Amino acid sequence: MDIKVNVREAQGDCYVVDLGGEIDVYTSPKVKDAIGELIDRGVYHLVINLEKVRYIDSTGLGVLIGGLKRVREHGGSVNLVCTNPQIKKIFDITGLVKIFGIFESEDAAMKALV
Amino acid sequence: MNQPVVHPDDIDIVELRVPSKAEWVALARLSVAAVASRLHFSIDEIEDIKLAVAEACTNAIQHAHGSAYIEIKCEALAEGLRINVRDYGRGTRPETIRSRNIEEERVGGLGVFLIRSLMDDVTYDVHPENGTQLVMLKRLPG
Repeated sequence: MDIKVNVREAQGDCYVVDLGGEIDVYTSPKVKDAIGELIDRGVYHLVINLEKVRYIDSTGLGVLIGGLKRVREHGGSVNLVCTNPQIKKIFDITGLVKIFGIFESEDAAMKALV
Repeated sequence: MNQPVVHPDDIDIVELRVPSKAEWVALARLSVAAVASRLHFSIDEIEDIKLAVAEACTNAIQHAHGSAYIEIKCEALAEGLRINVRDYGRGTRPETIRSRNIEEERVGGLGVFLIRSLMDDVTYDVHPENGTQLVMLKRLPG
């Protein structure tokens, strides 16, 4: 089982977090740390790219919700890039499509941030 | 699982016991996915089953204190796949086994909601001093 996390600076004060692999109870702390470190540095506008994520469970969703709540306290936002139908389905079932902006491409997610 | 159990001959059973630790959840979900694949569930249905099993194991790890192992039993029924996930931990409160309100933007509490959404029949038997047994069924289409 693997999780890949890559953080890169994008335009303006936005950052992109690329995630790949499987996000579950074992790997989600690594994702939580990466997002938490950005927020601690004052980055409040994030695009989290899930295109290479093959699997996510409730602990992964919890990390994303936690990050969203933290950036919102500072007027920030989190947009997701998600093209995997199975993962989209989980966001649909849980109603999280209502609280996250979910986009088909990174460009679209970035443009919608600000 | 210590005692040999006689099962009806017409039910194929696969049993697995994994340590109650986060690093073993992937093995549990992938093993059950292999069973589901053997029963000719669709790829989407296998993904549903994988996630439900992972959520059940995660709940056991996070809430069942003192359970060294999680036992998973898969029964290949004519109507589908019945999965029994059992822990022997203490401290699980029955009121924690309920679906959350999905309008709440809070961290955690999504696992039971997902299990109930993805599987066809779900029953919990919670004993605060002797663990929790979750039985869930995924029906084969048609």
